[in-house]
Amino acid sequence: MTQAMTASSKDPYVRLLSDTEAEAELHVPTMHCAACISKVERGMPEFEGVNYARANLSTKRVKVRFNPQLVSLDDVIADFDQVGFKASPFNSEKADVEGDKTAKELLIALAVAGFASANIMLFSVSVWSGGEMAEETRSLFHWISAIIAILAIAYSGRPFFRSALTALKAGGVNMDVPIALAVVLSVIASIYESYRGGELVYFEAGIMLLFFLLIGRYLDQRMRSKASDAAQNLLALKAVPATVIGEDGSQTTVPSEQVETGATVLVQTGMRLPVDGEIIKGVSDIDTSLVTGETVPVKAEVGDKVFAGTLNISAPLHVRVEGRGEDTFLAEIVRLMEVAEQGRSAFVRLADRLARSYAPVVHVLAAATFLGWWWYADDPHMALMRAVAVLIITCPCALGLAVPVVQVVASGRLLSAGILVKSEDGLERMGNVDTVVFDKTGTLTLGEMTLINGADIASRDLLMAAAIGVTSRHPLAQAVANAAGKRRIPMMDSVSEIPGSGLVGELKGKTLKLGSREHVGHVTPDAATGPELWLRIDDAAPIQFRFSDQLRPDAADVVAGLKKSGKRVILVSGDRKETVERVATEAGIDEWYGDRRPDDKIEILEKLKEDGATILMVGDGLNDAPALRAAHVSLSPSSATDVTQTASDFVFQGKSLTAVSEVLTVTHKTRRLVLENFALALGYNVIAVPLAVLGFVTPLVAAIAMSASSIVVTANALRLKMGAAK
Amino acid sequence: MNVLLILIPVALFLGAIGLGAFVWSLKSGQFDDLDGAAERILMDDDEDEVIT
Repeated sequence: MTQAMTASSKDPYVRLLSDTEAEAELHVPTMHCAACISKVERGMPEFEGVNYARANLSTKRVKVRFNPQLVSLDDVIADFDQVGFKASPFNSEKADVEGDKTAKELLIALAVAGFASANIMLFSVSVWSGGEMAEETRSLFHWISAIIAILAIAYSGRPFFRSALTALKAGGVNMDVPIALAVVLSVIASIYESYRGGELVYFEAGIMLLFFLLIGRYLDQRMRSKASDAAQNLLALKAVPATVIGEDGSQTTVPSEQVETGATVLVQTGMRLPVDGEIIKGVSDIDTSLVTGETVPVKAEVGDKVFAGTLNISAPLHVRVEGRGEDTFLAEIVRLMEVAEQGRSAFVRLADRLARSYAPVVHVLAAATFLGWWWYADDPHMALMRAVAVLIITCPCALGLAVPVVQVVASGRLLSAGILVKSEDGLERMGNVDTVVFDKTGTLTLGEMTLINGADIASRDLLMAAAIGVTSRHPLAQAVANAAGKRRIPMMDSVSEIPGSGLVGELKGKTLKLGSREHVGHVTPDAATGPELWLRIDDAAPIQFRFSDQLRPDAADVVAGLKKSGKRVILVSGDRKETVERVATEAGIDEWYGDRRPDDKIEILEKLKEDGATILMVGDGLNDAPALRAAHVSLSPSSATDVTQTASDFVFQGKSLTAVSEVLTVTHKTRRLVLENFALALGYNVIAVPLAVLGFVTPLVAAIAMSASSIVVTANALRLKMGAAK
Repeated sequence: MNVLLILIPVALFLGAIGLGAFVWSLKSGQFDDLDGAAERILMDDDEDEVIT
């Protein structure tokens, strides 16, 4: 315990509140219902040293307070295990506190704007409808409106004023400049009008404008924080603990990024390697499928190099940590990802592009109206009021809502299909994809082995093989056990595993051997046709079990569907050419590349890009991560490595590959709806702006036009929900 | 006319109370976990009950 205490006091995940209380945030991805919340919140404080636990279901995080004198964070995580949840430490300092704060600020500003516009509208409606209202009453109403509007705009308008000022200081114009100008001018003109005792005041228009725009801003901000939440939770998963063996043989658990070069790390059976290194003790099989795309585990012994992210299958290993230099595999992947990243930053969101050309037009129109009327009618006051009307009418309530509403609806629909939107502009980038590039292992295929010659094997032999195979974690042995299905598998009397070779065991006086051809003593030199296992019962002839990595059940359908909708489908894999060819044929993909290293994959993508293709990359391995970044947009299954999930824009859950076509359908529709919304918003301007220039737009008309266009745009976005129900 | 002088402040005051309540609830973290809030209503308050 004392050792645990020192470890936790410098733990980056723990915040000390006092000598006897520390707080930490943990990411608990499997928490999803009321029962889970109560299990965590009531179960956790029952453990020694844990004082308090509070679950947040939206972010899937739990805040725990514990006594660092009594327990360490590792103990708390072990307690979570006992309650039935897998927890990983979450570094709350890296969290997007800034984004959360902005969202809250926007929400309060939105509430104030809503409150103010409702109240001002109360007065405005009475003025508009009260035909016989005495002039004093009207004036009183105007002044009350003025007070509310000035206060509310001063508060709620800050996000826009700030951003407009920043843009002006930098010598440019953004969408917020005409907004700020319209709001400020409408208030100033209305105050003057109230002072003169006139009838036309635009207080409600100014604050309503802010109200609608703030809705758009808030939705947009929430999309962003949701996307970055998802990304951060994935980062938390990266914190694989490593067990370091000291020179005196003591074992300590530390976050993997704190392991020093040259230290010895113990990797238990069934664990992913936390570091790159060289084996100094032990023999085992290593499953590298997530790193290289190779499906069959490889034997690893003393002196072999092993990589972080690979899975240790058969026996504990001691690994000496290699330098975090430039030559480690992970470092190479990270470097490739950074290079790929630079090619991406050129993307400009549609709304920004539109704003860039729209804002100057608005200013010119308003200025022209002002100067035109001044010159024509020689009445600067009337000219100013009309210019204000133009600014208010052109101000992009509907434009501000056009994108965020559609995106919120779209990501909601994707979420219900098990697809997580991880990057905020991913939806937009996905919109015009014309080429889909698949990785093989774990993406197009399930990434797990299935017995393919089960029909040729006697049922008794299969049961025997299953009996011995079920005792091992080796994926081929597991596949044999799975092939036995629901039949009763006999219990072995004794089994021992020879890492890298196979299993030996006793069953009812018979000696069973299951493993490689050398292991069973099979020497006939026939060519191996893919992954295989051999079973030998006593001295009988060895029996061959052949395996393959099966396609995801709907892979062929999805590929056919993609092709039908005019997409070019390509398969790129790090696996051997023969395997890739077989899978490509099964899935119906004509264009395939085998035996490609991570940088080769990028090269292929770059070549496609040069030919003008917009690429969606679907992949799960660490070797795919750079390619995922290099593509225009990317998608990963949730079984992918953490680095890969972090690199991709979308993550999908489940075994079905229909997620790919679902994402494409939804994003395609999203793009269409966004364009439709822009058309609606601009179309409304085409009608309303001439009216405003000519002076037909009264405050009442402005209010109706603003609300109506916003509602139309929102209703249009909701159409995306239709067609989702199955 | 006179009645307006009472009613308008009353209306504004009531509205402001609502606004204040919203800001307070937001700042005290009641909107931080909307999904959780929807589920929590299903939880039993009985501490003694065995949770399965």
